[in-house]
Order: sequence, then C-alpha cells, then structure tokens
Amino acid sequence: MKYSYYPGCTLRTKAKDLDTYARKSAEVLGFELEEIENWQCCGGVYPLSSDEIATKLSSVRALNEAKVKGQQLVTLCSACYHVLKRVNDDMQNVEDIRVKANNYMKLDEPYEGETQVLHFLEVLRDTIGFDELKKKVVKPLTGKKIGAYYGCLLLRPGEILGFDNPENPTIIEDFIRALGAEPVIYPYRNECCGGYISLKAKDLSAKMCDNIMDSASGFGADMLITACPLCQYNLTKNSKATVPVYYFTEILAEALGVKGEEE
Amino acid sequence: MNGIGVFVCHCGSNIAATVDVKKVVEMAKLEPGVVHAEEYQYMCSEAGQERIAKAIREKNLSGVVVCSCSPRMHETTFRKCAEKAGLNPYMVEIANLREQCSWVHKDINEGTEKAVILTRAAIAKVSLNTSLVAGESGVTKRALVIGGGIAGIQTALDIADAGYEVDIVEKTPSIGGKMAQLDKTFPTLDCSACILTPKMVDAAAHEKINIYSYSEVEKVSGFVGDFTVDIRKKARYVDMNKCTGCGACMEKCPSKKALSEFNSGLSNRPAIYTPFAQAIPNVPVIDPSQCLKLKNDKCGLCARVCQAGAIDYKQEDEIVTRKYGAIVVATGFEVIKLDNYDEYAYSQSKDVITSLELERIMNAAGPTKGHLERLSDGKAPKNIVFIQCVGSRCADNKGKSYCSKICCMYTAKHAILIRDKYPDVNVTVFYIDVRTPGKNFDEFYRRAVEEYGVNYVKGQVGKVTPEPNGKLTVHGVDLLDNKQLKVEADMVVLAAAIEPSPEVRSIATMLTASIDTNNFITEAHPKLRPVESPTAGVFLSGVCQGPKDIPETVSQAGAAAVKVIGLLAKDKLLTNPCTAKADELLCNGCSACANVCPYGAISYEDKLINDHGIKKTHRVAVVNSALCQGCGACTVACPSGVMDLQGFSNRQIIAEVDAICR
Amino acid sequence: MSTANSKTAAAKIAEISGTNPLKCMKCGKCSASCPAFEKMDIKPHQFVSYVVNEDIEALAKSESLWYCLSCFACVERCPRDVKPGKIVDAARQTVVRQKGGNYLSANEIPALIDDDVPQQLLVSAFRKFRR
Repeated sequence: MKYSYYPGCTLRTKAKDLDTYARKSAEVLGFELEEIENWQCCGGVYPLSSDEIATKLSSVRALNEAKVKGQQLVTLCSACYHVLKRVNDDMQNVEDIRVKANNYMKLDEPYEGETQVLHFLEVLRDTIGFDELKKKVVKPLTGKKIGAYYGCLLLRPGEILGFDNPENPTIIEDFIRALGAEPVIYPYRNECCGGYISLKAKDLSAKMCDNIMDSASGFGADMLITACPLCQYNLTKNSKATVPVYYFTEILAEALGVKGEEE
Repeated sequence: MNGIGVFVCHCGSNIAATVDVKKVVEMAKLEPGVVHAEEYQYMCSEAGQERIAKAIREKNLSGVVVCSCSPRMHETTFRKCAEKAGLNPYMVEIANLREQCSWVHKDINEGTEKAVILTRAAIAKVSLNTSLVAGESGVTKRALVIGGGIAGIQTALDIADAGYEVDIVEKTPSIGGKMAQLDKTFPTLDCSACILTPKMVDAAAHEKINIYSYSEVEKVSGFVGDFTVDIRKKARYVDMNKCTGCGACMEKCPSKKALSEFNSGLSNRPAIYTPFAQAIPNVPVIDPSQCLKLKNDKCGLCARVCQAGAIDYKQEDEIVTRKYGAIVVATGFEVIKLDNYDEYAYSQSKDVITSLELERIMNAAGPTKGHLERLSDGKAPKNIVFIQCVGSRCADNKGKSYCSKICCMYTAKHAILIRDKYPDVNVTVFYIDVRTPGKNFDEFYRRAVEEYGVNYVKGQVGKVTPEPNGKLTVHGVDLLDNKQLKVEADMVVLAAAIEPSPEVRSIATMLTASIDTNNFITEAHPKLRPVESPTAGVFLSGVCQGPKDIPETVSQAGAAAVKVIGLLAKDKLLTNPCTAKADELLCNGCSACANVCPYGAISYEDKLINDHGIKKTHRVAVVNSALCQGCGACTVACPSGVMDLQGFSNRQIIAEVDAICR
Repeated sequence: MSTANSKTAAAKIAEISGTNPLKCMKCGKCSASCPAFEKMDIKPHQFVSYVVNEDIEALAKSESLWYCLSCFACVERCPRDVKPGKIVDAARQTVVRQKGGNYLSANEIPALIDDDVPQQLLVSAFRKFRR
C-alpha cells in the first residue's frame, strides 16, 4: 500500500522525530509513505475567512498531487491535517472557493476535493487495524501509563474533520492500548495548549499547559503523547510540570522494535 | 349551467393588502358563466355568508367560487352556507388567495395577477362540478388509546365515564408512564405516585376500560368511526388469569443483572419483573433476553415457586383484532440520548446525571431509597450544579430546535427539594433564560431563589471536567457579571431535552397522521383544533403533540376525550362523496387501480354491460365508497384514464390547468 | 457607535465569517468554553453583539483579536450555529488587511523565540497576526 505523504515544514526541521519514526514504523506495518513533490507549507492555520483564496492554494496543490497519483494523502502533523482537510472540504462543498482556486491553479482538470485526507493514526485505525498493530508489537510498552494529548486541531470542528468524537475521543487511547501500555483518560486532553499565542503571550499558554499537565499527571500519566509539534513545544517549554511529552510515532517505533536501529 | 357567483374576501388586510380585490372582481365578471361577483371584508362572517346566500337565492346561482383563505380553513363554512341557501354544497369551490397568494407575495401587482389566475381556475372547475350527496357510515362505539401514561389514563377515564368502552394499549408491562417515575410534582410538591396511582387503579377497575399492557399496535385499517386495529400482546410468559401478584417469582429469580427501566438504569431488576411495586396490572413479565430458562433452558425456578402455576414458558405473542370508532395517540416522550453532549461528561462520570435520574435518586422507592448520594461512591454531595437547556433550543445538528418547556420548573423543584431536605448542600443552577409561564410557576421559581437560596447563574456551561479527587469542575460563565467561573461540584444534573417516543413514527404512519420535523404529531389546527389530527377520527393527548407538563397534559387529555365522546355519540357519520368511480363502459378490469389503493377499497365484478345495445359481460372495477378516502392514486394509475375522482374529475383538473395557462 | 462605515464593516465581518450573528441566543457557552477569556477585553459572546450592533470601531481596537487561539472550542459547542470564533477571526482579518494593521513584525521575532521553536509556531503566528 502506497500513500502520498505530506510532511509539512516542521517535520523537516524541529520535529524530525515525528517523521522518521513514522516512516520506519510504516515499513514494518507494510505501507509506504511517498512524499509528494514540491510540497509547500500549509500555513499552519486554516484561513477561516470565506474570501481567503491565495492562502489555501498550497494545500490545493498538495491535494491535487495526490489526486493525480490516485493516492490518499497522509499527514502526521495535526496542523497540516487540519488545514488540508478543511481546504479539501472547501473544494468539495464551497463553490465560490472551488471556482476561484481552480481559476488560479489552471490545472489540466479542475480539483474538486477528490483526494481523501488521512491522518497517520487513521491509517493505523482504519486500514491496518489496532488489532493487527497489536500483533506486530515486539516490545510492548507494558506498565507505562500514557496520556493522549489531542489538542484542538485534530478534533475540531468535528463536523468537518470527522477524526473522532471531539469531546470524548478514543483513537489515541486505542492506539496506546494496542502498544501494550495503559491509556490515562483525563478531561483536558482536548483542551488547547495555546498554539501560536505562545509567541506573544507565553503566560497564557503556560497557564493552559499547566492545566493540561496537572490534569494528566493527576490521573496518573507518566508521559503524554501528541501528534503536533507546536503542542509538544508548548507543553514542554511553557509548563512548570515535568511530565515528558513524546510524539506518538516515537512510542510506536519503540513498540515495533525499530526505534534504536540507527543508534 | 345557469350562473356562477364569485365572492372575493379581503380577509381584513390579509388578502387585500397584497391583492387588488376590486380588480379580481372585475376580472371574474369577464369569465364565461359568471353572473355575479362581489368583494367583502370578511366573507366568513355572518354578514359575508348572508351575501353569498342572498346571491344564490336571488340570482339562482348554480355554482359558487369563494376567493378566500385555504379550503382547510373555511371550505366547510361556505359549503354549509350554500346548502342552507338551497345549493348543493359540492357546487362551491375555494380559490386560495391567502396562503397560496397574498401571504407569499409582497408586490401587489404580482399578487393580483396570481389571484386573478387562481380565481379563473376555480371558475373553470366549478362550471364542471356536479351535485354530490354524502353517504353515511356507522360508528363503532369504542375508543382506542395508544399509550398508558397520565395522558392516556386521563383520556381513557374521561371517555369511559361518559359511558363508552375504551381500550388502552401500553407497550411496557404497566401503565403509569413517566409520571410514575417522578418523585414530586411542581408547583405544589405533591407526591407524584400519590396522585397518579389512584388514577391507575380507577382505570384498571373501570368496567368500561380494558388495558392491554405489554402490547403494541401492529396494524390499523379503516377510517373514522370504523377502524380495525391489530394489537400484538407480547408474550409475558405469565398467565394473567392465574397470577396472583405474590411476587415470589421475582424474589427467587437468579438472573438479576438487567438494568431497571423504571429506575432509569440506576438499579438492577430480575428477568421476571414488574416495573415497580404499584404496577398495573400487577402481573410480572419475563424478559426473554435475561431469562436463563428461555435462553438456555436452564433454571425454571420461577415456575417451581409459583403457587398459582401461572408461569408459561411456551407462551407466544398473540394478535387481537378489535374495532374502534376513534383512536387517541398518547405515546408520550423520552429524554434524549446525551451522546452529542460529551463536554458535560455524562458518559465519563457517574456523578453527572439527568434530571429524570435525579427523580429516581430522590424517590423513596428509587435506587438509593431516597437518599441523595453520589452514584460513584455513595457519598453525600455538598455542591450540586444544575445545567439547563442541554439539547434544547439548538440551531445546530446536535440538539432539538424547541424549548422542552418543563425543565425550568422541574429544576426549580429539584433545587427546592434538595435545599429543604439538605440545607447544607449548595445548589447552583446555570440557566440561559428562566421560563416559567403558568399558574403559580414564577412564584415557585422565585421561592427557590428567595426562600431557599438557590444560586441562579445566567450563562450556559462550557464543559464539565472530572477531577483526580473525584470531584467535578463545572466550567461556566456568569454573563451578568461577565466573569468566567469554575465551580466545584460533587454532582452535576443535566436538564436534557425531551423528544417524542421513538415509536410515534410508525404509529403515525399506520394512522396516516402527519408528524413534524421533530416527530411531534401535527394537530389539525395549531390554535383551534389542537387535540385533533388532520386525519379524521385520530386525536392527540399529551407530549406526542408537543412538550407539556402534567397539568397541561391532563387538560389536553380531557379535551381529546371530549372530541372522542362527541364522535362516539353519533350513530351515523356523513362520508365524503368525493370518492373514485370507474367508467364501467371503458374499464377493462386490469387491476392497476386495486394495486395502488392504500385503503383496499377497490374490487372487481363481472358485470353485464349494455354498450349501445351490445350486451356483454366483462370484469370492471368497483369502488367501495365507504372505504375510499378520495386520495386519487387510482385515477393516475388507470392506464385507460377511466377512473375518476368525483369532485376532482380529470376534466375538472384539466379545465383548471387550461384556465391557468390561458 | 453605528455609522455608515461601521454598517459596511459589520456586514463584511458577517459575510467573511460565514455565520449569522442574529442566530445568537446569548447563552454564553462560547465564553464559558474560551481558554483566553481572562485576557479578552471584549468577551466571545459580546463579540457577536458588537457585530449585531455594528460597533466595529471598538472591535477593531479590541485586545481580544490577538488572544483568540482559534482553538474552535466555541465553534464546536455553539448550540446556535453562530460559531463566535469565526466572527473574531473575521474581525481580526479586517484589521490586519488595513495599512498598519499588523500585530507582529519580523523585527520582534528574535527576541521572542528560543532554539527549539518549531517552524509551525512562526508560520501560524505570521498568518494570524499579519497580512
């Protein structure tokens, strides 16, 4: 199975781990991430205003690349997933945006939202299956108590993203279980870490991250996992708490026994 | 055709503001056959009707067109008026210049143009009308009430007290409905069971009332005055004639893991059970999904302990077919599922409950014997938060668009009861608006605030988070203070929206009664006929028509009963003469019409036909006019075009279309 | 203050936000859900009223524009389909699109970041705070 793969800006730089471990794990699990050519940054945030067209074009380009190859488009970063999926929804359902974007793009064939956008976790859940994943685990993470940190961008708005129940998600908990660890459910797992606000108002982000970390450790989490580089940064840098925060792909690679290969 | 009269109604300004009524009169006068046309402010008034009658008499009119509101509103009025003046009532046609014209147009020129066209079409039709005479049908002097809650019980009692037989069909093992689950009732705080159970006993003891409990309506055919209904009596596995209601079976039953429906799933019940101690009938049922004997042929303990020998594992569902003159729908409501409101942690915490669950917790016969305690650890709560409007008043895809109406009052009731019995418990109510119209209702709510010190905070809650210490944090806002609040709570109570019982859809389909987008049954007229369905002979009682509290439900139940009594008191009903009829000369008996008839009104006969002197026998369609409802399905299905609906013949419809296109 | 200009601006905000502020029933669920509530001078539920009342000048000056996190908690939970987050964002857009409306300049960046800052933070902030 081959997927088109959109890594996104941060996975080439600060969040290399998120990317590397995903590719290694995919190999073990029998699918390939084929990086699309000449991808451009998604912008990190979805342009909400209905008259924003140009800021959506980099996503449309990536989506169309996958369409031309006849592949589903996989991402790892929550922000990329959020932006690509919402732009794709616009291309499917918002005529004004679809027409204007295609006018800019001048593609051989207009892009109308044909590509399916998937998060890596959705591939694990819906294509590989968590039961199958469990069978491939060679170093189960037994005894580890792990809190899933979803944040905002994977879940909301649920109507468009359709990733999981936005108020009580389960996909990462099921993932944690498949790896042999114990998921810790805490109510702040879908609360915001502050996102881009940490550039100009670190204090606000710090307060929010503390709430998240306190709730998670209060319910007994030894560590958190996330899919978002910015969440990882904010939780690690802005919170007083010391609970470690890893990318979900890192513990996946560990459980699959491919983490230490290069070391 | 000696002459048609046209009567244009202003309907105050309803029509006249967007239709030039004088122009309509002028244009009508130019139509062939029209000998009289006039306009008047309110044609339906006595003076207006007198104008029509006078014209019929003086000008010897052969047909009348009234340009007014929808025929659903006043067709009968004008037909009666014509009949009194000596004209066959079916020689009256209505041009709907209000709902279909003035109300939907803003521009007077457009409105007038359309009004003229609609009037022209009605004139074209009436010139082809023929006199029709209504037939008669009998009335079965028995009513069916679907649903045995307070609405159904009250309707049944009122009908029975007037001397007519009533059957109540209740899907659960006992009558009583939601009211039986309530602890106290607002605004008087009398015990719900104390006022309901005597009514249940009255219903059971009434010689005119027959209760089919644990039964469902399976099939309905017929029409007003003459319905035939199949009732499925679900297998109880207990012989109702033998059972003495001693309860030994329930005590001994080893399968006790089923969740008690009566206690909103907060306690367990045995596989053989009555929903509650005061159940009527006091005869248990065996839940086949739980019974070890029925599941794996093991156990059989209940049969062994039953002194009366009433247990019958071989019992099967039974279908009873009964005739009724009238049917009352009283199917009630359910609390919505809270799957769309996970932000309130209902599925994540045992201490987040619905208001109906709180009723059971506060009830002496409930899962905690009436002690206010947390379901997670049995501890007494110190802080309780109520959240209003959960799933009501929504414009999204998650909730209901309507106000559930009863929540403000029952929350005030809960708050008062808790503060009265447990003065140390702090009660906070997060509300959007407090809606308390009703006698002594607002005073009741104010008492909660002023006498009982309940803390009302304006603002909807955003989220409820369970905390590691077992408490809950309610993330709210005080909009009047413009402050965000985090309130620590031991228990959170959600005022979840109510919705019509799910089976109302299939029942409405069986009864050909219409339902709205929220599954409430539509009334014949929202103001003037609130307890009647548009389907003749079908009446509405209780929440199946719209959210309402107990006093309103009881009032409506009585009103529905009066309508039923009015119907059953008649010996004969006039039938609609607008039924289908086949042209025997041309019908070839192909069966196309019978295949589409929803009422089974069409059969076939071999008839001797005299076709211009040539006599031959052939198969022709015959319509039973008592069964025909005039839906017209057969007229379109007929491949030879020989099936016609009287009063709406193909020629008449084509004449209307021609007049519109002219 | 409602003027001809503010009327146009209010209509523009309603248009590009794609929501109808008149559907708001003032329940406050947005403000109860907002993690940046404390930092906001005009609260999320008030934003909706400001647009309805065409008081756009006050909105344009509001600190709230720069504290909204686009976390979509209000968007997800709004029972009236008003989605205040989209209105805040639309108001912010109308400000940054004007000359001198940027809230962030490239010169400030070095002082604000450390070695670990992910690129995602910078691109997001640039998108939100600048034209």
